[in-house]
Amino acid sequence: MSYKNVIQTINKKFPEALVNECENKGQREITLAKSQFYETMRVLQENPDLPYDLLIDILGIDYTPRTPRFDLVYVLLSTKDFSRLIVRLKAEEGEEIPSVSSIWHSADWAEREVYDLMGIPFSDHPDLKRILTWKNFEGHPLRKDFPLEGKDFDKPFDPETIEDYT
Amino acid sequence: MGIENYLQGENYMVTSLTKLVNWSRSNSVWPCTFGLACCALEMIASTLSNFDISRFGSEVFRPSPRQADLLIVSGTLTKKMSVMVKRVYDQMADPKWVIAMGSCSSCGGVFQTYAVVQGVDQIIPVDVYIPGCPPRPEAVLAGLMKIQEKIRTERLDQRPDFTG
Repeated sequence: MSYKNVIQTINKKFPEALVNECENKGQREITLAKSQFYETMRVLQENPDLPYDLLIDILGIDYTPRTPRFDLVYVLLSTKDFSRLIVRLKAEEGEEIPSVSSIWHSADWAEREVYDLMGIPFSDHPDLKRILTWKNFEGHPLRKDFPLEGKDFDKPFDPETIEDYT
Repeated sequence: MGIENYLQGENYMVTSLTKLVNWSRSNSVWPCTFGLACCALEMIASTLSNFDISRFGSEVFRPSPRQADLLIVSGTLTKKMSVMVKRVYDQMADPKWVIAMGSCSSCGGVFQTYAVVQGVDQIIPVDVYIPGCPPRPEAVLAGLMKIQEKIRTERLDQRPDFTG
């Protein structure tokens, strides 16, 4: 009952935000548009009926021949009735996505990971820098066009080339 | 058994300095704890009572590299961590030896990727390689015995740290 209330609240407040709502393999999933994305996430976290107060993870998916290239997936959990919600957002290459780290603090490192491995930049992030690779790593490893072995695989490795955040 | 077998007369023995130094070094090799990944657990397992490593002289695993003789690189070496491995190796005092334990530190293992160094010997000189994924604790002990054999048969003036 309260999930339907939440969807109705979003539809009333932000009529263009909700693009799709379905049930995908037993999991509730909504697809949002980029306009008013931040406000919709804020409503999802703050609404009194079913507040989604835990952000479990942020995933980036690269569907390369398709434009828009990336798909951002946010996995939300509500501790009220322990139900999950999956929020999808399509993103172009180089398009800046508003950061939700001011809503859920766990988004901080999750967005750093998506930025590092997929190259999706986030605006208004407190400290957007690479987290799994190092500072002067070139490229974004988990994109489909990044070779598995990386650059210069046949040459011997020199640790002096690594420059990392201190 | 012990040193008493070499005594001649009451309290003197004849030996060479090389043999004495090598004997004492080989029987008290103290490793540095440098477990990176899954092989670290097998290294820990070799210290437990089933496979006791301290009967070979490695009684204590020193956490500080400055107090250790042996660096057992156990686990996958990522490029991000390689800077630290070099730093830890440089901090060890001579004489020092390195064991590359497991296939990830010997040759990159299953990970032929952008983030894994294909073998720790690209960064530091390795004395003994222990293959396995992960090698059984008995294999770790066999590798330690090989290091002991290497120490016993080396000449003091051919060590890399010799400056005389």
